[in-house]
Amino acid sequence: MTYIKPAFRHPDLQPNAIGFHKKDYEGAISTLCAGCGHDSISSAIVQACFDLAIEPHKIAKISGIGCSSKTPTYYLGQSHGFNSVHGRMPSVATGAYLANRNLKYIGVSGDGDTASIGMGQFVHAIRRNLNVVYIVMNNGCYGLTKGQDSATADEGSISKKGQANPFEAIDLASLAMELGATFVGRSFSGDKTQLIPLIKAALSHPGFAFLDVISPCVTFNNNKGSTKSYDYTREHIEATGTVDFVPFEQEITVDYPEGSNKSIAMHDGSIIELSKLANGWDPQDRMASFMKIQEARMKGQILTGLLYIDPETKDLHQMLNTTDKSLNKLEANILSPSLKSLADINNEYR
Amino acid sequence: MNNYVNDFVVRFANVNGTGSASANNMFAKSIFRMGIPVAPKNIFPSNIQGLPTWYEVRVSEKGYLGRREGIDVMVAVNPQSFARDVADVKPGGYLIYDSTKPLHQELRDDITFIGVPMTALCLQHYSVPRLQQLFKNIVYVGALSKLLDIEVKVFEDIFAEQFAGKEKLIAPNMQALNLGRDYIAENYSFPLKFRLERRDLVKDAILIDGNTACGIGAIFGGATVAAWYPITPSTSLMDAFDKYASKLRIDKETGQKNYAIVQMEDELASMGVVIGAGWNGARAFTATSGPGVSLMSEFIGLSYFAEVPAVLVDVQRGGPSTGMPTRTQQSDVISAAYASHGDTKHILLFPSTPKECFDMMALSFDLAEQLQTLVIVMTDLDLGMNDHMSPPFEWNEQNAYQRGKVLNAQQLDEALDWGRYKDVDGDGIPYRTLPGTHPSKGAYFTRGTSRDEYAKYTEEGAPYVRNMDRLLKKWETAKSHVPKPEIVRFEQDATEGLIYFGTTAWAAKECTDRMEIEGVLLNAMRIKAFPFNHEVEDYIHAHDIIYVVEQNRDAQLKALLVNELSIDPNKLISILNYDGFPITADKIGNLIHQLKPSAVTDTAFK
Repeated sequence: MTYIKPAFRHPDLQPNAIGFHKKDYEGAISTLCAGCGHDSISSAIVQACFDLAIEPHKIAKISGIGCSSKTPTYYLGQSHGFNSVHGRMPSVATGAYLANRNLKYIGVSGDGDTASIGMGQFVHAIRRNLNVVYIVMNNGCYGLTKGQDSATADEGSISKKGQANPFEAIDLASLAMELGATFVGRSFSGDKTQLIPLIKAALSHPGFAFLDVISPCVTFNNNKGSTKSYDYTREHIEATGTVDFVPFEQEITVDYPEGSNKSIAMHDGSIIELSKLANGWDPQDRMASFMKIQEARMKGQILTGLLYIDPETKDLHQMLNTTDKSLNKLEANILSPSLKSLADINNEYR
Repeated sequence: MNNYVNDFVVRFANVNGTGSASANNMFAKSIFRMGIPVAPKNIFPSNIQGLPTWYEVRVSEKGYLGRREGIDVMVAVNPQSFARDVADVKPGGYLIYDSTKPLHQELRDDITFIGVPMTALCLQHYSVPRLQQLFKNIVYVGALSKLLDIEVKVFEDIFAEQFAGKEKLIAPNMQALNLGRDYIAENYSFPLKFRLERRDLVKDAILIDGNTACGIGAIFGGATVAAWYPITPSTSLMDAFDKYASKLRIDKETGQKNYAIVQMEDELASMGVVIGAGWNGARAFTATSGPGVSLMSEFIGLSYFAEVPAVLVDVQRGGPSTGMPTRTQQSDVISAAYASHGDTKHILLFPSTPKECFDMMALSFDLAEQLQTLVIVMTDLDLGMNDHMSPPFEWNEQNAYQRGKVLNAQQLDEALDWGRYKDVDGDGIPYRTLPGTHPSKGAYFTRGTSRDEYAKYTEEGAPYVRNMDRLLKKWETAKSHVPKPEIVRFEQDATEGLIYFGTTAWAAKECTDRMEIEGVLLNAMRIKAFPFNHEVEDYIHAHDIIYVVEQNRDAQLKALLVNELSIDPNKLISILNYDGFPITADKIGNLIHQLKPSAVTDTAFK
């Protein structure tokens, strides 16, 4: 296997609206196992950022530790990235976002990184409505340490060693809803038509945007009896509807049949178009969505799509009432108070 | 005949949660306002209501601001600790108590008991139960002020300032103060032999705690991101940052804040925020105590290895484990210096006064950005939570922040072969870039794993070793950046010297002064930073015997000196204090005497 990525691209490939080519959003060649679901998610991220015409350097990628957290090297090579500490991506992303609110942040994590060691930080990032896209590449197992069950492995799911998991699974999407996340989606790494618009919508959401992406581990968790295998996922997936994302300033040309579609206007002027919606599905009704997710779970279905969204939401900076400017750009003339203020402080303590 | 004017210790024995703290603070401030050096210390339990708490005020015309053993005047208003409080008074001293209920017997005949019916007076003059309780504190301050000869005018001024905008509170407070004063005037002879005389020794000094000083220093030093988790004794540092930033860091046009402070879910997350913000170019900090440093250790290693600027304040308390959360120690020196797994070491700054807390806090952001690493400001509970007399804060508006080697877009366009971890200047400090700077240049992947000079992942031995060696070179560079030690006294013919740091400074100065009076020449050096500058090594080489004075059990600074410098360990003698109370001059002198008896130290410390 070669580790040199070919630089050649077809000469007819068109740039996006701001003149960047697809290759400007690509990264180094993946060193994950061939067929890994994570690589499909990486290429969906590339496509979403290309389509949205975001300048690559206006995005920062932050991850924890694990197979999933290695992926930020495989996309957006012209964006800064930070592979931090196991389970601590949310706090590093919080610091980065506090320092500069005028970039887009993609946080990438895995099911071990989020549902076990990093559960506390995940929960609190939601509570603070941190303005990041938080993607969990969810394969139900620990890949880098060779296939141990993770906390999202379903009860009864059979590992490669043949053992059934005796423990209840943590459903991160349900948990995110419960905690008040303002954007919750679930998808499958093998379903690009659904995943790419979901990532685009998440990038346009002005708060915590959570995507739980089932991403089979071909090496350690793709066996018969595993509930996170390609076959099992394909057989049990149940979409809430199709998702299309229309960025701001792009004409809406798609026509959907009456009665089964819904448009959600995003804060930045973009629109999420949902069509072929499941009966009575309304992703802006938290209680109803929550009930339907639980019902599907009882039936053994993996419900995918945009599960819940509240497009009008206050993020961390708004809650803190911090300046619209980037804090990291402020200098001494703004930050150091006057000598008069210091004299007043001294007098206060005399 | 001893002279007790402006030279004694008063201790208040209270029940915590009864409002005694503000009355006691006012007592200390009144002495300070009379121009006399004063050193107050809170001795409090890890509890909110109901347990014994003490407040000590040392008055020292000579300006000795360390703690002193022995209580001259005790205000004992806590029945729970009364027997112990009686026992703690030095022979010839005084004990003031609430005589609403008479004592069954005077428990000692070598001290003088002064009864003031505090409860009865308050019940008589105030009808609201809460006020009856609160004004009891003011009554004893009043009684004490008469006995010690504190000027009434000083209290009038303090009340006027304290209750500006709530003027109707001034009269009842003055009334309570006078209830105490009048009762003494009518029933006892005054003043005591322990008394005050106005002086002009305070000059422009301020009386402030180190946590507040650090919080204000962080504001002037340009901190924009603060993340924290509550822990004694560091919590009030973040409170101070928030309090002053909410006044001084508001954009006048928009009303928005030019800073962000977030209470995180734990210390790990707090350090994660600091590292995320530092990576993204903001000046960020957190404050904690020993247990927090333990929790942050994994992130601390990331800051070191990935070379991310970060600032941490460790307000040390008694360890290990939960230890003595409300007592002071300097026992995190080693755990902070070498925090985290693998080969790591971190810059430490050791302030000893609030002024230095302010200065070093501001400096820490420059150092963190210049050296692209973590800087830990090492204070302790004594410095952080007690008021200390200190030179006023100063700031030079001409000084720009030292933001270190950060490339902007134009520099990236001009750079020929930029690599995040390349040592271009030979000082071990590479050039970094910030997200969002340039559309096509300067992006790199930050990681805690090994990488080459171009930030590319590698598990090869050679680039790993090059990188680790460059970090050592950077460590050498740091030695010329961090503050030099203060050579407090250096006589050529002295063969012995002290080394100390932080809050040991006052007790050490008092100790060496007293030895000098007895004719013992003892040099003194105060260390202000780790890594140790070359001056530290030179000082050790210049002496036959070095007493390393520190407030922990395991001689942690000594261990660090031996480990880092080429010195003979046998000439370092440890002088240790770790009972949770601030070290005293007596303790230092007595230990030196025990370890190395000589006729002269014998007379100085008997």
